[in-house]
Amino acid sequence: MKDMRIYRIIPALVLFLSVNTINVDAQCKAFAKKVCLPELAPYIHDGNYHAAVLVEGEEAELYKTFYSDMEYRVAICGEDKLPNVEFKVLDANKNVLYSNKDANYAKTWDFKLQSSQQLKLIVKVSSFNQPGDTPASGCVSIMFGFKVKK
Amino acid sequence: MNKKCGISTGILVVILIMSCVLEGCKSGGSKAPKEDLTTVIPKDNTVVLQDMTQAKKVFESLPSPIESAMLIKSAGARFDNSLLNPVGNVNTYVSSKSMALNLGIYTCDLSFASLYEQTQMIIDCMNAAKKMADGLGILKAIEQSKIDELEENINNTDKIMEIVSETFMNSSSYLEDNGQPAIASMVLLGGWLEGLYISTQLVDMKDFNGNKLVGRIIDQKLSIDILLNLLERSKGNPAVDELIVQVKGLKLVFDKIKITTSPIRPEVDKATNTTVLKSDVKTDMTPEVFKELSAKVGEIRSTFVK
Repeated sequence: MKDMRIYRIIPALVLFLSVNTINVDAQCKAFAKKVCLPELAPYIHDGNYHAAVLVEGEEAELYKTFYSDMEYRVAICGEDKLPNVEFKVLDANKNVLYSNKDANYAKTWDFKLQSSQQLKLIVKVSSFNQPGDTPASGCVSIMFGFKVKK
Repeated sequence: MNKKCGISTGILVVILIMSCVLEGCKSGGSKAPKEDLTTVIPKDNTVVLQDMTQAKKVFESLPSPIESAMLIKSAGARFDNSLLNPVGNVNTYVSSKSMALNLGIYTCDLSFASLYEQTQMIIDCMNAAKKMADGLGILKAIEQSKIDELEENINNTDKIMEIVSETFMNSSSYLEDNGQPAIASMVLLGGWLEGLYISTQLVDMKDFNGNKLVGRIIDQKLSIDILLNLLERSKGNPAVDELIVQVKGLKLVFDKIKITTSPIRPEVDKATNTTVLKSDVKTDMTPEVFKELSAKVGEIRSTFVK
């Protein structure tokens, strides 16, 4: 009898988790479109979509080639329930080229390159530093806009 | 009591397994173990990816079809209708792999046509892309209302690019969010290769040295490892495995090109609040290597559009 019950519980649980994850991702996409996309104006959004649910203290990394013909804006947005989202841009030798910590956790950074480069972005959700509390989690999205260099 | 414990443990195991599986599938990111931050990496621009191990999520971002088309135009290339994948081919694409690759290809063609204000081609490519997206079951990626909006704004390039960008984001996010990263990576590969194909075909060999378009083609060497990492996340999928072999063949040709970059010096232009990343680059692609690259790209592309 108990075995029968577990056979009913497990598929229901699996379905719940699947639906829940898809809903979280859909919310992340809606957040990215509503909050992050407008930050790119007047640059053209490149059409790529990068978003993840991160918990306080967690990091995400992104690798992308940037071209010398373009001017870029990167927008990194975290949901309001999250503490500040830090982001750093590094070159191939791990030199930090930019950190938004030095710009009061700015959401966007505008840049252009003299020669095309593959760069690495590290995005980290900082911590509220309140021991005992459940760590905050929420959607963080990374989006790129570009325009042809003048 | 023991039985209860057994059931609870079983449920916990299922939760854990499902959490891991689902977490691994979503949002285009891959999981990676922690590593020591002090690891030394070689000073080669193409090996940044070797450091790809410390974050919870790792994203590989290829140039989107829109960016690829913009790079071609900014290099001063002309428009050549004959280079695009004929829209009459749409009905021949029936497998998920061919539809995914050609969704990327038609989106790149659409972006290319948009930048050169080829009105009829814009509408045709959008319809072809819609057919591919519909075939892949990507709900609401390209709605009829978007095609109507496109037609209403057919002479407004900025608006068209905005629509293309939105539909491309809808497709890729749908695939990632619904556990289809393999299909999502194929779409990106299709778009990237189409941009490379058009670029290589537009190079005039009489004007090879100092050709801006050649420079943009060389730049694609910087993205090939990103592309391989993206595909290798879906290793084991037979369609992706075939593509990995093809892309590795292309990488062998790219490996013949040397790119040397001086250290980057960030300088802020206070007037525009824009950081300029200053560095010098030296490259050495010979016309022979270019011809080999062009032939390889054409060979791979022909298997995608056949």
